[in-house]
Amino acid sequence: MADLPLTGAPASARADDPRRSLVIAFAVLCVVAFYASAAICFYGSDLFGPIRAVGNIFTGLFSGRWGTAFNPMAWITVLFTLGIVMRTVSWFGFEGQQSYAGNFFNDSGLRNFFFEMLLLGVLGWLFWFIVGNAVNNLAAAGIASGFDFLRRPAGFGINFSPFINYQEVSSYGTVYFVGLGNTLLVAISGIILATMIGFMIGIARLSHNWVISRLAYVYVEVMRNIPLLLWIFVWYFSVLRLLPGKADPLDLGPFGLLNIAGFYAPLPIWGEGAAIIPIALLVGIVGAIFLGRWASARQMATGQQFPVFWASLGLIVGLPLIAYLAAGMPLTFEMPTPSRFGPRGGARVPPEFLGLLVALVTYTASYIAEIVRAGILAVNKGQTEASHALGLRQGQALRLVIVPQAMRVIIPPMTNQYLNLTKNSSLAVAIAYPELVSVFAGTVLNQTGQAVEILLMTMLTYLTLSILVSLFMNWFNAKMALVER
Amino acid sequence: MATSAGSKTGFVRQTMEAARPAPITEVGLVGWMKKNLFSSVPNTVLTLVAIYIVWVTVPPLLEFSIFNAVWSGDNRAACTNAEQGGLQPEGWFGACWPYVGAYFKQFIYGRYPAAEYWRVNIVYFMFVAGLVPLLIPSLPYKRENALFMFLIFPVVTFILLTGGHIRLEGFLLPEAVMRPSFVKFLVDFGLLTALAVAIGYVIARGTESNPAPMIRNILFAMGGLLVIALLCAVNFGLRHVETDVWGGLLVTLVIAVTGIVASLPLGILLALGRRSQMPVIRLFSVIFIEFWRGIPLITVLFMSSVMLPLFLPEGVTFDKLLRALIGVALFSAAYMAEVVRGGIQALPKGQYEGAMALGLSYWQMMQMIILPQALKLVIPGIVNSFIALFKDTTLVLIIGLFDFLGQIQSSYSDSSWASPVQSLTGYFFAALVYWLFCFSMSRYSIFMERRLDTGHR
Repeated sequence: MADLPLTGAPASARADDPRRSLVIAFAVLCVVAFYASAAICFYGSDLFGPIRAVGNIFTGLFSGRWGTAFNPMAWITVLFTLGIVMRTVSWFGFEGQQSYAGNFFNDSGLRNFFFEMLLLGVLGWLFWFIVGNAVNNLAAAGIASGFDFLRRPAGFGINFSPFINYQEVSSYGTVYFVGLGNTLLVAISGIILATMIGFMIGIARLSHNWVISRLAYVYVEVMRNIPLLLWIFVWYFSVLRLLPGKADPLDLGPFGLLNIAGFYAPLPIWGEGAAIIPIALLVGIVGAIFLGRWASARQMATGQQFPVFWASLGLIVGLPLIAYLAAGMPLTFEMPTPSRFGPRGGARVPPEFLGLLVALVTYTASYIAEIVRAGILAVNKGQTEASHALGLRQGQALRLVIVPQAMRVIIPPMTNQYLNLTKNSSLAVAIAYPELVSVFAGTVLNQTGQAVEILLMTMLTYLTLSILVSLFMNWFNAKMALVER
Repeated sequence: MATSAGSKTGFVRQTMEAARPAPITEVGLVGWMKKNLFSSVPNTVLTLVAIYIVWVTVPPLLEFSIFNAVWSGDNRAACTNAEQGGLQPEGWFGACWPYVGAYFKQFIYGRYPAAEYWRVNIVYFMFVAGLVPLLIPSLPYKRENALFMFLIFPVVTFILLTGGHIRLEGFLLPEAVMRPSFVKFLVDFGLLTALAVAIGYVIARGTESNPAPMIRNILFAMGGLLVIALLCAVNFGLRHVETDVWGGLLVTLVIAVTGIVASLPLGILLALGRRSQMPVIRLFSVIFIEFWRGIPLITVLFMSSVMLPLFLPEGVTFDKLLRALIGVALFSAAYMAEVVRGGIQALPKGQYEGAMALGLSYWQMMQMIILPQALKLVIPGIVNSFIALFKDTTLVLIIGLFDFLGQIQSSYSDSSWASPVQSLTGYFFAALVYWLFCFSMSRYSIFMERRLDTGHR
């Protein structure tokens, strides 16, 4: 044993390493065992079955026959083999601590390699087992596989599709996009509203005013200790049902009408030349951004302040207004008018959307309020005292000193809440708001029975949304983070 | 000069004047109100707005739930007005508590057969009796208590709730070799034990350690498993109760408790995997955790109810409740892993270095040094994920299981209590129960957080 190296040998010395053949043999054994068990279990003991399936990936890819190219079992085989090969190669580059004292279990590199191969083998076999069973069961039940169903007409109606012109003859693929649009609509409006309300309540919770802080406390504890689904039911089945009937809606003045069948907002009618208004709005927003940069640069250089808020407000509101007047008032609103059979005209927002949005916003706001409170409390008290000593008023101290520092603590958990809200919007399936889960993973799945494809698409969509929100918030977090020397 | 000066200071107080009491507007209730509620104009406005909000929400809520509520009655007539065919005056609006009373047993037991309620009651009793001493930090015998809650309680609960008497027909050998029977189960179990012992022996020999304790542990674990399996197979004369008829609070608690108990070991393994130095295991843990955390629970439940049967060989079917349990356990394991990882990462590096310097192996280090400290640190986090899971169990009603909320929702279809206030009453009751559970758990979590927070001051 004394002639064996006690520490890791340099990579060049690996050629005569006695463990080298052991590792290769073990990797080959793993691959062979995997192929053999796959062939025996799922190709009727045809030993070339898996290899042919792998070959079909390439022929399928080159000939454009996607059906054969996307054979999941073949892909698992390829990925499994790739995993083993990559891990084996990486073992050869392993330079870490190795204490080889006669048997390979005492070598941490070898031991890790062994356990990882074991995990890969179990996982690969599990996937084979699952996919093989699924293929057999689907074939036995006579359910088609593949994504061809996305082109078939759906044949059912969706009562709310603000972005896409959806008809009953539209395809299942269109249904997916309608659902995605509705999910995004409720998620984005929910995130904006919940952030606003959450910040208000979080700050109210820290107010010196006893009534206000107690009220905020009660709100938070009531909201977050009752399940969201129950809130959705309460808002949708109980509170919104108390609204007046179709014939005599609640008149909200310039905002439209509200009754049991939903909210009727004024519908904007874009006349000729109205395109200049959104352009003016865009110009206003861009101008406001540049104005903010210029103002802060000037303040840094000269110490002079500029009323950025009012100027930006003027730009964002004023420019479109001027454009509107200059273009000869091309934008008119069609107000909904009450009638015996329900309001006519206007843009209808269904009660499902209202119930879901209110429930999501009030529920998530309670969590955001707690995050905001914790963030503000995390800022040293000396910061508040110093800003008061400098003569800042309470509001200024919050806006200029406390909140910017609290943001660093607030942003990461806030990201989680945004993701939660987006995922929780799937509870709409309980009240049939036509979002992704309800309309695609619900109705379409029931009609086509292609559970695997549909659920896979749904889950991948949510995963993509999660990753996008995380990336954006990471970027925002990096922007807000403390720059230290 | 002197006289004028003397006359100017003709009166000089020789003794201190006693301090006068503070003005009435500065002390007591009035002073407190002036300072806290009406210190400035905006503050006064805020106070008045807040009082107005309280005024428009609290009295109607109290009126609905207590003052205007109906407390007794036999059917819908008690909770409807004359126009709807009932006894109440026109414009009456209040809670209909006799409806909750009439359905109370359903809300607690679901459609579990009434003659077998005692079985559920024993489970509830054991749950409380085992859990409360476990939660009070000052009480002794934590180890035995935990053993009871994590080992004896689940087995007894399983036998009591389902009736036990499951048929063991083997699981390993193909049918061509041996017909399914109890003997085949024993043979299979023996084979499995032999396999486990062999693997243990090889590993022990491979690491040049003594194989005897390893084999003893394996035999001990397999023997325990065998005892549990045999216990579940014994016919205690209990009637078999299908999970279809379980419902109400029973299903809510079964899902939440199973979810948290199953997710704890899985979550610990995943957390260790994520911190592991082996790239494949780390990658697998990260993908597993982020996958489950990235998708909504409802798609997990859809997957477990629709896709799971597809993944199993033909003829093998799972109970609907069991399918939901599997989905919930995997889902909460991912969240649990992140909680546990927080605890593991919070430990100073010196703990690892100290353990390694003592010559402990990886598992010894984790078992004896790291996990006991890390798990203690994350008790509040575990309680918080239990609260989240408890609230999330309501989602199973979407896949057709009747949890507490689902049972309440389904009671609305009974026309004998149909009234305009029925749904509000039901939701009010549900909200009250969920709130009591969750609020007390969150108080407990805060209490533990304060108790454990000893290191920093």
